[in-house]
Amino acid sequence: MATTTTNPTLSTFEESLADLGVDSTRTTAEAFGETLADIVRDPAVGVPLPFDVEYPEGVTVDPTPADLERAATGVTPASYGVANYGSVLLPTTDTGAELVSLYPTLHVPVVRADDILPDLPEAIDRFGDAARGEDLSAVVATGPSATADMGELVLGAHGPEAVHVVMLDE
Amino acid sequence: MSKGSGDKAAEIRRLMATEGPAIEENTKGFNRKRREAVADLENYEELRTRAREIKEDAIDRLPELIEQLREAVEDNGGNLYVADDAEDANRYIREVAAEQGADSVVKSKSMTTEELEVNDALETDGVDVVETDLGEWVVQLADETPSHLIAPAIHRSQESIAELFEEMFDPADPPETADELTSFAREKLGERIRDADIGMTGANFVTADSGTLAIVTSEGNARKCAVAPDTHVAVTGVEKILPSTDELSPFLELLARSGTGQDLTAYVSLLTPPVDTPTVDFDDDETPLSEREADREFHLVLIDNGRMAMREDDQLRETLYCIRCGQCANSCANFQHVGGHAFGGETYSGGIGTGWEAGIEGLDTAAEFNDFCTGCSRCVNGCPTKIDIPWINTVVRDRVNRGAEPEGYDFLVEGLTPDEEPGGLDLDKRLFGNFETLAKLGSATAPVSNWIADAAPARWALERVAGVDARRDLPEFQRETLVDWFERRVSTVPDPTREVVLYPDVYTNHVQVDRGKAAVEVLEALGVSVRVPDVRSSGRAPLSQGMIATAEDHAHDVYGALAEHLDAGRDVVVIEPSDLAMFDREYGKFLPEASAERLREHSYEIMEYVYGLLENGADAGALRGSDGEGVAYHAHCQQRTLGLEAHTVAVLEDLGYDVSTSDVECCGMAGSFGYKDTYYELSMDVGDDLAEQFSTTETRDRTVVASGTSCLEQLDALLSRPSTHPVELIAP
Repeated sequence: MATTTTNPTLSTFEESLADLGVDSTRTTAEAFGETLADIVRDPAVGVPLPFDVEYPEGVTVDPTPADLERAATGVTPASYGVANYGSVLLPTTDTGAELVSLYPTLHVPVVRADDILPDLPEAIDRFGDAARGEDLSAVVATGPSATADMGELVLGAHGPEAVHVVMLDE
Repeated sequence: MSKGSGDKAAEIRRLMATEGPAIEENTKGFNRKRREAVADLENYEELRTRAREIKEDAIDRLPELIEQLREAVEDNGGNLYVADDAEDANRYIREVAAEQGADSVVKSKSMTTEELEVNDALETDGVDVVETDLGEWVVQLADETPSHLIAPAIHRSQESIAELFEEMFDPADPPETADELTSFAREKLGERIRDADIGMTGANFVTADSGTLAIVTSEGNARKCAVAPDTHVAVTGVEKILPSTDELSPFLELLARSGTGQDLTAYVSLLTPPVDTPTVDFDDDETPLSEREADREFHLVLIDNGRMAMREDDQLRETLYCIRCGQCANSCANFQHVGGHAFGGETYSGGIGTGWEAGIEGLDTAAEFNDFCTGCSRCVNGCPTKIDIPWINTVVRDRVNRGAEPEGYDFLVEGLTPDEEPGGLDLDKRLFGNFETLAKLGSATAPVSNWIADAAPARWALERVAGVDARRDLPEFQRETLVDWFERRVSTVPDPTREVVLYPDVYTNHVQVDRGKAAVEVLEALGVSVRVPDVRSSGRAPLSQGMIATAEDHAHDVYGALAEHLDAGRDVVVIEPSDLAMFDREYGKFLPEASAERLREHSYEIMEYVYGLLENGADAGALRGSDGEGVAYHAHCQQRTLGLEAHTVAVLEDLGYDVSTSDVECCGMAGSFGYKDTYYELSMDVGDDLAEQFSTTETRDRTVVASGTSCLEQLDALLSRPSTHPVELIAP
């Protein structure tokens, strides 16, 4: 956690992420590439981000399916964060955000710091408008993939075993 | 041969020994975490109320919502099919598979597809079906059925899963730890998902406005099943439709908390298919994802299979509000010990399983496990949609009773059973249901009745004819009832602060008369004028046997006898918590609303009433206090559901006792349940948890107190030291 913040919603989000065992880093648009480069495990893939930022060189943007299968990190945008749960709302895109957030062992969602909402109903309200209007699909993701079916809690069942949230100040 | 050595008792014994330990550990863990999670949720009750309203409205408008959903799904480019029954659904799904030329299907967990037995149907056509939820895969490999609504392999230990994998796959380096087992499964299943032609998922909720499926998972397998293959088939019950995405939040906030005690599971997929995600061929090293097609096909198969008829059924309709969280299994003492392979039907298990199986499979299937619900009500306050689960079990029991053909032995009890029930009722149910008549006869002829009842030939006959387990001590009827004792007694309280009717419940009146006397003495010592009129029993005994008409008859008589006292401003004080729970909960179904409300408002549990008197200035010095005497207190299950455990604890602590409380859901006796020879061993196994809590170094020297008659009987059987009602402890 790089920057201290006075925004209570944002600090709640950071606390919730910490409770989930999820790392988080706050960064600016200018420093984004450098910050991300420190976070990703190679090989890393990503989908185009709807923010005014540039990917660092090591990340393969718009990967092939074979790139995706080899990747250790997937970087995708998150439309919103949910402060009290530490959740991120991951929109499905025709660039394959759903796959990129799901297959690699480390998922790095990027969310604008201004898009952290206090609670789930607010996020679902916004999702609802887009679902009705644009047939949007999304995933509310809270921490890494997990299972308790093998006798005790294990992180990384079918999805990522770790999540590192990047909060972006634009 | 008695039932105690019969098939069902033997099966229960087997499951308690084999699957019981893993189920107990897991369900109790879920249950504990749930309690913590909901305690942390500020607007928990508000969310439950809202969820209930939404479900009532959605089921009410279901036909209209189905049409709205059809329009939304078709507008989005998908297909919607409403299947009348399992066969119809399977035919449709097989056709989809045939049209796709599919030879492999990967599935994420769905109880509804278990209900359809769709795997078998597809396999008939040579289609390979693989479950990808890790627990469900274990069950599939072992050729078992799920033992829990949300945790299908909850009955298996880590070791038994390791053995299964070794047996099935013979790996060079057999996985042993949870991490290793998970990686092994992930890898095996990853290959299957990669190559599958069709992905099949369930859906926890479907929104009619947008055609969105909400799928709640932790592992991420549902996400993969929905997008890795090009064709997605979602199968879900018609009752899962919500009017719009605006109604999703309360359910999402309640579901995981109620089930496993998590705030949210890792993933809530909100899919509005066909999704935009490009289709994948992982061998493609040429085409970037953004340039690949998203040529996807989507089918939503909505299952009726009895649900629309349940919707028309005033008693079973509530079952359709179930969101399959598994809370009623986790909070159930019997389930904790036997799991869903005993306490379950073809597909669904736990308390709500009775409603599902009755509606989907029929009464015969529900009848096979309905008796595991003892009506203890511990599941009631935790149900996210406020379903009266014990009532559904009672209704089904009543229907089973009425559907049964008359058998022999009826003549034996004809004169003893002035009930409203049909001839085919099981003899054990009729015997326990008419406990009041037995008790009257027992008191009238005591102590001879006790000697005879306890004599070996009589116990043999009781077990053989009525299934009363010979290993149980029978209630000892007192010659002088509480009502008789009170009538002969001169009782004056100068300037009483309140007037009370002490309700002579059948156990206090005929068996545990001393606690009734103690209650009178306590109330009088606190300046209250007491009456003990001769009022009929509450109807709890027949109700617990599913004899609803008889119970209702009692309700009318009891209210009739108490109404004048209520008019005169007298409070009704009840010693037996299960009878107070009758007044509070079930009388609402039998009496006009105003009558039920009136009785509810003016009825109190004895220690709750003492608490109120002390809070309002009564002199605690008039009661027997203590200088730190250790007390181990077990509150009655229904008393805890009514939120009345704390009052007893507060009174005892005020009077100087040092109180330690049990935290088991139920003592295991549960009225007549523990007397029945089929269930005796389960009852004792459940009771052992309580015995253990009261036998630790911290508790073993404490005086044992309990509020319920059957809890006291169970504690007497479990512990070598005596137990007593708290009001006897504090009587002057």
